[in-house]
Amino acid sequence: MNSLAADRPAILAESLTKTYGSGNTEVIALRDVTLKVQRGEVVALLGPSGAGKSTLLTAIGLINPPTSGRIHIGGHLVLDGPHPAVDLRAFRRKHLGFVFQRANLIPFLSALENVQVAMEINDVTPRAAKQRARELLEYLGVGDRASHLPEELSGGQQQRVAVARALANEPGLILADEPTAALDSHRGRQVMELFAKVSRERQAAVLVVTHDHRALDVFDRTLEMEDGRLRESAPSSITPATQH
Amino acid sequence: MNLAVRDIRHHSGRFVLTTVGIGLLLMIVMGMGGIYRGLIHEAILLVDRIDADIWIVQGRTRGPFAETSRIPVSLEDRARAVPGVAWSRRLVSHTIQREHRGRPLRMVVQGLAWPDDNGSWIPLVAGRPLGQAHFEMTADRSLGLALGEQLTLGKDRYTVVGLTRGLVGTGGDGLAFFTASDALAIQFDVPGDARRLERAARRERVASQDLGQVLPLLLDRASGPENDIPALTPPQVSAVVLKLRPGVDTNDVIKTISAWPDVTAYSTDQQKQLLLGGMVDRSRRQLGMFRVLLIIISTIIMALILYTLTLDKLHDIAMLKLIGARNGVIVGLILQQALLMGALGYGLAWWLGQYAFPRFPRLVIIEAPDLLMLGGIVLAISVLASLLGIAKAMRVEPNKVLAG
Repeated sequence: MNSLAADRPAILAESLTKTYGSGNTEVIALRDVTLKVQRGEVVALLGPSGAGKSTLLTAIGLINPPTSGRIHIGGHLVLDGPHPAVDLRAFRRKHLGFVFQRANLIPFLSALENVQVAMEINDVTPRAAKQRARELLEYLGVGDRASHLPEELSGGQQQRVAVARALANEPGLILADEPTAALDSHRGRQVMELFAKVSRERQAAVLVVTHDHRALDVFDRTLEMEDGRLRESAPSSITPATQH
Repeated sequence: MNLAVRDIRHHSGRFVLTTVGIGLLLMIVMGMGGIYRGLIHEAILLVDRIDADIWIVQGRTRGPFAETSRIPVSLEDRARAVPGVAWSRRLVSHTIQREHRGRPLRMVVQGLAWPDDNGSWIPLVAGRPLGQAHFEMTADRSLGLALGEQLTLGKDRYTVVGLTRGLVGTGGDGLAFFTASDALAIQFDVPGDARRLERAARRERVASQDLGQVLPLLLDRASGPENDIPALTPPQVSAVVLKLRPGVDTNDVIKTISAWPDVTAYSTDQQKQLLLGGMVDRSRRQLGMFRVLLIIISTIIMALILYTLTLDKLHDIAMLKLIGARNGVIVGLILQQALLMGALGYGLAWWLGQYAFPRFPRLVIIEAPDLLMLGGIVLAISVLASLLGIAKAMRVEPNKVLAG
């Protein structure tokens, strides 16, 4: 089970706008974006470069607050415009998991320790954290690489460790920004299927920014962004030619 | 999980090299403190060893060690007559530098009031105290003389009959003990030609005066040995030291002697203060300045290295913040590295010092309170050095992770 309330949407973003700069240099990255994602739902976020996908993801990830609008996660109001309604770092620690294009593993920690550290900073005892980290790495098929440093792992293995770290604290929401961009198609699909599996088994919501169309069938829903606006689209309506 | 240790393991080369550098700097800081302690020890060593209560020196001087003092040897008898004095001894002390075995030999010549004092109080590590009135000496090992070795000083040859260890004068030169008369002979030794010229000059001066012209025998006396001429001053010594009877107040005796117009009397504590306040104080301040500079340099080096180690980790720190690490985790990572660097550097300094300090030409004394104080300073500079890195780490935003 995950860390968010079962009867509330995992994400409820209302009328989000995000503006960078001002005057002649003003850029509007998000225009009145409203988004709702339920627990156990796997959602793909598509769109060309500069459409605002990453801005939306980082806004929901509480690391890049919107200029206006509200964000609720698991029923908690967490951001009211740019103003935090909760301790954002503590909220991220307990309820959110992140995966990026690059694995962003800490280079001086082994695969096991990279997963373990996420739990230890969430006050899990080192012993329990180590045990669970080992289980997660086994679950993701990299248990035999647990003692290796990131530089000793392949790109796919590193990304699996990053997924394990994102799952470490059983978050209610996993945010992934082009997690398969550095992987071959086979590995990329494996990661996407992993998200779907995790979502089903742990009732976590997963929001994935992706350019990879080969695995869109894995998602429950696909959303498309363009010029800072969000619209829902059926997976079949997205063609590779429209993607960047 | 200790992130600091794991990061150090990953960057071990830079960390080890910096720690060694810091350790060497701290060893010098530690050594300078030890040299200062050694200076104090050496400065007051002789005063302590002589075990006197009162020092009588030339009037209005701060002799015999802080400056030159000359008093008549007869003062020994005059002082002995003061109520409360148990014993009174002349003290001859001067520094000489001669050639021996083709090398400069610098020593502090100490004269003992033979036969009352044969130096039996001197802690010998080999040989025996002086056994005769002339031509024997005991020497400190730092002088490089061997037991039984003979040394020519002036016109006489002296045999080393006893050896001491760590017995040096206020300037760090080894002590050599002779009888007072031998010490004076060494001090006032002049070449035969000079002595003959001086006698001839004396004869000329007397002959040119009416007294010499009416008393021809006076001319013969004037050109004879100095100790046959009553008008010339008797041999002079550096000081006279007194030991008081039990229960006698030192201040009372000093008050009595201070009434004599030709001398000044000091208690042993005052004598030590003269040495420490004058000779040692400037060295203390000089060493202190160097220590402060070295500590500042150590802090700057530590701060720079910790800062660059932090810069290397900014992406990882951003990642830690992104996954929710508290500031304490980040601060702990940098601060623990600083403290570890300081502690290892300090330990290395102490360990190296065990081998290096005994080889220094001057005595180096490392005392526990000084080690504790330096430990406190290392703790403080470690914290100080980490502040730059911590400030940088605190400014890192978690979304830096997205920048790649």
